[in-house]
Amino acid sequence: MEKYISLSSTAVPLPHENVDTDQIIPARFLKSTSREGFGDNLFRDWRYQKDGSLNADFVLNDNRYSGQILIAGHNFGCGSSREHAAWALSDYGFKVIVSSFFADIFKGNALNIGVLPVQVSPAFLDVLLKTVQEHPQTKIEVNLEDQYISGKPSEDKEHFEIDSYKKTCLINGYDDIDFLLSKRAEIELFEKQQELARVSD
Amino acid sequence: MSKTLFDKVWDAHRVHSIENGPQILYIDKHLIHEVTSPQAFRELELREIPLFRPQQVVATADHNTPTKDQHLPVKDELSRKQLTQLSENCEKNGIRLYELGHKYNGIVHVMAPELGITQPGMSIVCGDSHTSTHGAFGSIAFGIGTSQVAQVFASQCLLLTKPKSMRITVNGKLRKGVLPKDVILYIISKIGTNAGTGYFCEYAGEVFENMSMEGRMTVCNMSIEMGARGGMIAPDQTTFAYVKGRKFAPKGEDWESKLAYWKSLPSDDQAEFDKEYAFDAEDIEPMITFGTNPGMGIKVSENIPSRDDASFEKSLKYMDFKKGESLIHKPVNYVFIGSCTNSRIEDFRVAAEFVKGRQKAEHVTAWLVPGSKQVEQQIEAEGLKAIFTEAGFELRQPGCSACLAMNEDKIPAGEYCVSTSNRNFEGRQGQGSRTLLASPLLAAATAIEGKIVDLTKFLN
Ligand code: SF4
Repeated sequence: MEKYISLSSTAVPLPHENVDTDQIIPARFLKSTSREGFGDNLFRDWRYQKDGSLNADFVLNDNRYSGQILIAGHNFGCGSSREHAAWALSDYGFKVIVSSFFADIFKGNALNIGVLPVQVSPAFLDVLLKTVQEHPQTKIEVNLEDQYISGKPSEDKEHFEIDSYKKTCLINGYDDIDFLLSKRAEIELFEKQQELARVSD
Repeated sequence: MSKTLFDKVWDAHRVHSIENGPQILYIDKHLIHEVTSPQAFRELELREIPLFRPQQVVATADHNTPTKDQHLPVKDELSRKQLTQLSENCEKNGIRLYELGHKYNGIVHVMAPELGITQPGMSIVCGDSHTSTHGAFGSIAFGIGTSQVAQVFASQCLLLTKPKSMRITVNGKLRKGVLPKDVILYIISKIGTNAGTGYFCEYAGEVFENMSMEGRMTVCNMSIEMGARGGMIAPDQTTFAYVKGRKFAPKGEDWESKLAYWKSLPSDDQAEFDKEYAFDAEDIEPMITFGTNPGMGIKVSENIPSRDDASFEKSLKYMDFKKGESLIHKPVNYVFIGSCTNSRIEDFRVAAEFVKGRQKAEHVTAWLVPGSKQVEQQIEAEGLKAIFTEAGFELRQPGCSACLAMNEDKIPAGEYCVSTSNRNFEGRQGQGSRTLLASPLLAAATAIEGKIVDLTKFLN
């Protein structure tokens, strides 16, 4: 996994609530057996009209906005556990998703592939959305080391939480498999004890 | 110290705790399917890690399978490739696979309980959010992403932060025509789609105690729709009677010792939950959703509420409904009875009982998709197939089908579909499709009448 420390980028505002993973990547695009290429179909049914032409009203097609940060509404990533949703966002070029609330599985999936979910207060989310909508060139700074996010040039800054284990993983580019493999002996011991428990029942 | 059902099962599977961090949880059963596993197999191959405990993995093909002519080669090239890949991966790694056409094939959350793979007190995962279904047996069961599928392949464990606990109690007696699906749709409509985020939810009270295993599975299935990672119901005689004698259920002495353990699992009387809700069974009526998330549900006799927020309005616009209007008498052209929420034999019995001697409305396309081969056979053996066929319903072969519309079973754009599945997201059942979630009874009634009916009035 790529190492992650901090980033400063313009952002794309998507203020809808309850954006589910079926919107992020519709099921009909899940037939691929590889991880790559899902970005082309990110938000497919919002990005394109039924006839395949671009939907000019959708924010990803609005050339005022671009960048590696997506600022999204409350309860982002609800629904299906498909990691394809996180792959699609990452493949499209997003490295950070900001919201006031994330669905559990999506959040875990994102962290597992090195996309950082940054949860902020509803009030700060409103400020960020407004700032970006009014000034699309605004650079948003996300600092993982010190756990804060700020919308420059204003002084607004907010601390965000992240599990310290996950933070270490992201900063060093480790993932859970590496860690679990290092605990193999302990896992095998646990299995043996379970066997014993069953026999002595 | 008093413990909840969830605590007991969790603690029994904890291998290790990292200070101020996650815990390592041991996974008893890992269920896989064609859509969320190929990238995990590849990850392992790339890193040259062998699959740790293949005998604890069970595979089925369900999400992307056709529901017609299953004996013929799959037409869609990408789907065929995905299915072939699953077969190859299973063979290479020594994983038991119930592939398309196998007598045990079916939707993963229908076939595993049916075979007795799902048992009380287990930890069960699958790369599918509705894995919460298996919690109906008093197991910890939840959906995972593909990176986690790879972790379980590599170590039979996951790194997790222990979720908080929540309990929903429903006491009293359900009214006529109110099914388990209505109970869960009612709960979600009351507490919202993210009330459960960060929690594992136990369902308790008379309503669940008196519910069949099929009904309990319907309820636990939709836990994820209120944001909860999983749902659980304490194992009891109903659970034990269901599990006993199934293909992979423990036998003889093993059964006796497991049974004694299972009986110790229910939450202690003094156990505390981080969050509690209580509802009264008599307040629940047949439910239907009107919007684009499962929390947007009303009693079918009620009107759509009025709320002034952009997301609510966007949702109504998509559905082409208005604030304050009633859904009764709205014409509907599609009805889908299926999905891991409602495709078990009991669901088809309820529907058949209503349909018997009636005829579906001419303009309605009514699809019945059993959850598994075994359910399909049972439908035939119990004479339900004849009832449905005479009434003009189309009985298809098992699979996820129009629940997620990955195969050919799609609802056309702009059309309403009264569906027994679990998600009414935009385009979930096909691009531009409009889903109204309901019980199999309301779905059957809609197919007969060709429009939405006030079920309670209708039944009286
Ligand atoms: S039936 Fe629907 S919800 Fe259930 S596993 Fe299949 S796609 Fe998922």
